[in-house]
Amino acid sequence: MSNEAGKETGAVRKTFDASQKALKQTIEAVPGTVQQVQKAIPQPHFPEAVGYAFLGAYAILMFATVFVWLRKRLRPERDYSELKLRIKTWWIIVVLTTFALGFNTYFSIFCLAFLSFLAFKEYLSLVPTRRADHRVLLWAYLAIPVQYILVGAEWYGVFIIFIPVYWFLFMPMRMVLVGETDGFLSAVGTLQWGLMTCVFSLSHMAYLLVLPAAGNPNGGGVALLFYLVFLTQFNDVAQYVWGKRFGRTKVTPTVSPNKTLEGLIGGVFTTTLLALALAPWLTPLSHLHALAMGVLIGFGGFIGDVTISAIKRDLGIKDSGSLLPGHGGILDRIDSLTFTAPVFFHVVYFLYY
Amino acid sequence: MSGTSGGISGRINDALRPWLRRAFALLVAWPVCLVVLGMNIRHRTRLPLKGPAIVTPNHNSHLDTAAMLTIFPLSVIPQVRPVAAADYFLKSGLMAWFSLNFVGIIPIMRKRPKVAVAADAAAADAVAPEDDPLQGCYDALERGEILIIFPEGTRGEPERMQELKSGVAVLASKYPDVPVVPIFMHGLGKAMPKGSFIPVPFFVDVNIGTPMRWSADSAGGDKKAFMAELGSRMKILSEKHERPDYQ
Repeated sequence: MSNEAGKETGAVRKTFDASQKALKQTIEAVPGTVQQVQKAIPQPHFPEAVGYAFLGAYAILMFATVFVWLRKRLRPERDYSELKLRIKTWWIIVVLTTFALGFNTYFSIFCLAFLSFLAFKEYLSLVPTRRADHRVLLWAYLAIPVQYILVGAEWYGVFIIFIPVYWFLFMPMRMVLVGETDGFLSAVGTLQWGLMTCVFSLSHMAYLLVLPAAGNPNGGGVALLFYLVFLTQFNDVAQYVWGKRFGRTKVTPTVSPNKTLEGLIGGVFTTTLLALALAPWLTPLSHLHALAMGVLIGFGGFIGDVTISAIKRDLGIKDSGSLLPGHGGILDRIDSLTFTAPVFFHVVYFLYY
Repeated sequence: MSGTSGGISGRINDALRPWLRRAFALLVAWPVCLVVLGMNIRHRTRLPLKGPAIVTPNHNSHLDTAAMLTIFPLSVIPQVRPVAAADYFLKSGLMAWFSLNFVGIIPIMRKRPKVAVAADAAAADAVAPEDDPLQGCYDALERGEILIIFPEGTRGEPERMQELKSGVAVLASKYPDVPVVPIFMHGLGKAMPKGSFIPVPFFVDVNIGTPMRWSADSAGGDKKAFMAELGSRMKILSEKHERPDYQ
């Protein structure tokens, strides 16, 4: 064997050894790599089931639009302008919701944060505030980005206590620093109630989006969110329609005289049927759980609705705003969600996560 | 007056200014008034979209001007001219340059004897050289522009109306057919009162009234009576809001 050939063999062996080592390292790293790859593969943000669910929502709107158009043709003497305006606004809401949920989780969380901002702004514009609290109100607004960043960071432990504990302790301290004691209790009370309702409660909708995908094989968090929002809004309409058709017995005569027992029961009934029908497509809920969830959303939505009504009555106003023509303000539309969102979230979280 | 300073740079300035004004409305006034705050405009159709005209909103905040620039459509913005105190807005060079070119103010002297110390020549020029402090307003009305005049003169206590100054009546008597449109805005003083510079988000009501004209509403040519009528119309507009004042 020539010297040169030996050298060559040595070089080949060296290269061989090196590649062998690299391969070994790679193989050792594999379990980790597999996990990393699994994590890096984005869970489908907008699953097929939610796509069909949205198509269903559009179909209902289409039906409502055609229905009103036909009735207008049959009875031209009746005034349908209010109903038409409502349906038009529904179209805008559903299209915006499709966009808000259609891209990625963080964009959806951002949109929900903006919804909280609109609701809290509307709330603060309705309730009396003190001039001395100008800066304090800015601090209150700061809770919105923080709360939704906690959602994005999936930091459940802080998400669930940030407003009820830390901001609850911080706001009065900041107010004390201002030094104005006139109206202190009502100021600090209204502020915390607004944050709990418009930010803390509503942010539970966003947290559904970051729950582990394994918890809901039928479409993940987006499907849960759709299920919650769709049932809550459907419940509002159903209670209204049942009440209009069969309503007799006033259920909250001093708070909301238009609400009737017949409307409430009928609404809860149809909502529960729908909850049962949709659950296998969009949620991990068993039949029994879906039944209970339908009842919870039905009654919870009603309570949220009349609670905001009580506030409006207290303040002597009819609508919370004018952002949604035909509906009133943002709070008029999402009042039910301020109750159903945390209830739905915690029941599902307790049972399936 | 609107800055017809001579030379090429002056002419470029004149061509550019409408775009600076639109850019300011679109990029500053709109985001602040429509996203940070939120506007609920009543009777928008009563707003004059062609000059000469005078609109007279109440004044509680620096945001009032931004709100006015938001309710007018962008195409009209270059003709919309807020009338503002020269002694405040022309105080420093940067502020004067910004106020004149982006906000498009017509500077007037609130106190006669003081002479504004303006850094650039255009700003110094813009202070009416004639004796009549309202000369700039006459010129603007002659050009067919829409004046925004805060008849209270200054911002004052948040959400409290003050007695009206008579400048609007002087203008109206000189131009008897120019419509004077009262506007009442509610909430801007809460969002950013005098002395604070970060707006707190609040929804704001803008209630637009029906136009007055000197020729029809002057009641015998009395300026005081004209202002009293304007004031009472603004008060009626103010009573049509549902939002709470400060506790």
